[in-house]
Amino acid sequence: MKSSMMMTVMIGLLLSMNLQAAPKEDYLRPEKVPAPASNKITPERVELGKALFFDPRLSGSNWISCATCHNPALGWSDGLPTAIGHGMKVLGRATPTILNTAYQRKQMWDGRFRSLEDQALGPIAADVEMNQDLDEVVAELKVIPGYVSMFEKAYPGEGVSQATIAKALASFERTVVSTEAPFDRWIKGDETAISESAKNGFAWFEDGSKGNCAACHMGFNFMDDGFHNVGLKGNQDAGRFAEVPVPVMKGAFKTPTLRDITLTAPYMHNGMYATLEEVVAHYNRGGDTKDNLDPNLKPLNLTAQEQKDIVEFLKTLTGEPMVVTVPQLPQ
Amino acid sequence: MKSRVIILLGSLLLAAGGAGAAEYTVAQHNKTFEKDGVKVEKMTIKAGDTVHFKNMDPWFHNVFSLSDIKTFDLGSYPQGQQKSVVFDKPGTAEVECAIHPQMLMELEVQ
Ligand code: HEC
Ligand code: HEC
Ligand SMILES: [Cu+2]
Repeated sequence: MKSSMMMTVMIGLLLSMNLQAAPKEDYLRPEKVPAPASNKITPERVELGKALFFDPRLSGSNWISCATCHNPALGWSDGLPTAIGHGMKVLGRATPTILNTAYQRKQMWDGRFRSLEDQALGPIAADVEMNQDLDEVVAELKVIPGYVSMFEKAYPGEGVSQATIAKALASFERTVVSTEAPFDRWIKGDETAISESAKNGFAWFEDGSKGNCAACHMGFNFMDDGFHNVGLKGNQDAGRFAEVPVPVMKGAFKTPTLRDITLTAPYMHNGMYATLEEVVAHYNRGGDTKDNLDPNLKPLNLTAQEQKDIVEFLKTLTGEPMVVTVPQLPQ
Repeated sequence: MKSRVIILLGSLLLAAGGAGAAEYTVAQHNKTFEKDGVKVEKMTIKAGDTVHFKNMDPWFHNVFSLSDIKTFDLGSYPQGQQKSVVFDKPGTAEVECAIHPQMLMELEVQ
């Protein structure tokens, strides 16, 4: 009796503290992966897209595939601070994971592409990434009989074209979605799924007067489809401002998902932080460069334990290992 | 910024002097624009009318438009605050939040 009273009081306290605590359903993955009406997901499309994703023949050098940078063994990223592209050129931005990109309204750090279909041809043609002429890619695939029949099965009558290459890649990417993580089991009611420290960390994460992380990292995918300048030291990249020339967008980047976050170090659009501890310390300082800093950020004055709790919570967002079979490429 | 607000107020007074301009409140709520508690993607008003954009979310929002009939940027502001714009010319204005591009509405100014 006494202890349940205590519990009630404690829960009451917690609730009143967590000014913006979201209902737990908000953290459940939507049942269906969204796909445009013009490109419904079918097994044939996914299979074709997967082959294309892993195929280095899509690149000018025949050496770089999408999976070179978006490597499933490295959380669909590359483990590098910033990507390395054609001719070993070091690029200016980090390779984001493609996990859960199906749920994003904008693609890329600066959101310059709307859909996965819009995005897919970009890296093939970019001279710094795969450096391949798009007409040439189509011509090359058309003489590979294995591909011709796969395209026919996936997109009957549409043939091998830039559009069908993009649609197939997008269809495959829509299958790369997060698996159940300890956090999800806890949200569904298994109190033993995560540690007490992680539970506290989640409370600090949501609490507007503590971490305030959920002002931007919200919902099941822990992002808001929004763009923010988090005050990274020395950042010269204009980010979203190049797309939307409104002052608040100077140095702003898309809020990344935090799903499988332990698999995708280093962190931030420029890969400047090696560990989650460093990221949390950054937020605790309220960011470093105050110039055009997002106003949701301020020094947090979290204790060492509270910062540790947040890191413990972030670690519970990594799902069951994905089983990825590497395709035998069509000949 | 301040001078812009004053200019807006000035044009509000001028317009209001005419044929009884109306005022509307559009809430920024759950990362959408809402009117009377319902998501609004298209709204029709008359030239000279004022729209108040009120942030109801516990995080910052922005409001801007780069439309031919009206170019403005209200910066970003927190929960509880509102900023206002007078739409003085007829035409169509796309109003957006730069922070959350899913927040997008069309204002048809008659
Ligand atoms: C050379 C490394 C490299 C290769 C090869 C590459 N990417 Fe990327 N990818 C990146 C980088 C870097 C970004 C972020 C660039 C930016 O935001 O400006 C990115 C961004 C993306 C995104 C957006 C993710 C998000 O969260 O916004 C998707 C989707 C994507 N790539 C898919 C692909 C596909 C499909 C291919 C093959 C056709 C491919 N990539 C090839 C490095 C690469
Ligand atoms: C104002 C919005 C905002 C708030 C508040 C915020 N974040 Fe972020 N977060 C972002 C953005 C935007 C980025 C990417 C920034 C960049 O690379 O320039 C990011 C990046 C990250 C990353 C790196 C992800 C990756 O894949 O590189 C982690 C981890 C992270 N945030 C955790 C947190 C935690 C924990 C908190 C609370 C202490 C928090 N964030 C608060 C917007 C926010
Ligand atoms: Cu907004």
